[in-house]
Amino acid sequence: MSTISADTAQVLDAAAKWLEAGRKVAIATVIETWGSSPRPVGSQMAVDETGAMAGSVSSGCVEGAVVHEAQRAMRDGEPRMLSFGVSDERAWEVGLACGGKITVYVEPVT
Amino acid sequence: MKRRMLEAVRRAQADKRPAALVTDLTTGLQSLVHEDAVEGDFGFEDELLEQVRALMRADRSGTIDFYDVGYFVQVLNPPLRLIVIGAVHIAQALAPMAALAGYDVTVVDPRRAFATDARFPSIALNGEWPDDALAALTPDRRTAVVTLTHDPKLDDPALIQALASPAFYVGALGSRKTHAKRKDRLAESGVNDAAFARIKGPVGLDIGAVTPAEIAVSILAEMTMALRGGPKAKRD
Repeated sequence: MSTISADTAQVLDAAAKWLEAGRKVAIATVIETWGSSPRPVGSQMAVDETGAMAGSVSSGCVEGAVVHEAQRAMRDGEPRMLSFGVSDERAWEVGLACGGKITVYVEPVT
Repeated sequence: MKRRMLEAVRRAQADKRPAALVTDLTTGLQSLVHEDAVEGDFGFEDELLEQVRALMRADRSGTIDFYDVGYFVQVLNPPLRLIVIGAVHIAQALAPMAALAGYDVTVVDPRRAFATDARFPSIALNGEWPDDALAALTPDRRTAVVTLTHDPKLDDPALIQALASPAFYVGALGSRKTHAKRKDRLAESGVNDAAFARIKGPVGLDIGAVTPAEIAVSILAEMTMALRGGPKAKRD
């Protein structure tokens, strides 16, 4: 069972508020996990064009990279799939040292 | 995600209606599956729709591979619920803690002096007798029920109702001695041993809790254990 819908409500409320304020917004969702990952499948984060965040997709390990990709998605209007894990050198750079692997789907709100 | 879809999801959540947001991972198109309807960019073949509904019933988000297309299903069930019997001091700690953990909390107490908004800011209060309140609130398998009044007149009818429901957690405050007496009383009301064994009593994990807030932590921890399946349970 999951209680993530309460988190989702907060994330989507933040997204709606930012959109109301005329800002661009993207939503990131954990769609797959392997091994020990800090947030379960379905965890979400909203990002606006200024880099403001609501919610999380990890325990702070990959949020920086996700914000970067989210801002790119806002610019080109295209969703993208991001993978982070110990086998991925970039993941070490962004700090997913918890030993897990996650796939994050990032989509602009259009 | 289209802005219209964002609003549709928020509406379903505000109305506490179960829904699932389905994303075609190839195209990025999305549809929202309700209990009795579908809205959005695409329709569903029966077989795929049934797989989505199975995930909704299991309360589990995940990816479905359907004829070489990946569909991510974000299950958006309404929040878990906690029904607390007794607007007592421990409830004043437990209610906001459980709300923070994602529960929709209702505190039931017919004693007007206890169930006041001043004592329970932004928590739903119900002034009915506990058995009437539970009959109306109909605990389901995503609901926890905790009795805290220490008064058999209030606790017992609530426990009898809770045990007749699929609630995932039923807890009752009281010492071992109190709990033994409770067992005798409930047996007279037709609650058999197996049903009684569902009651967590004394309530909460044994962490040596002393203060109302610590007791609330122990109750919320035990609820979490009941929900998530125990020590170091593998969730994925």
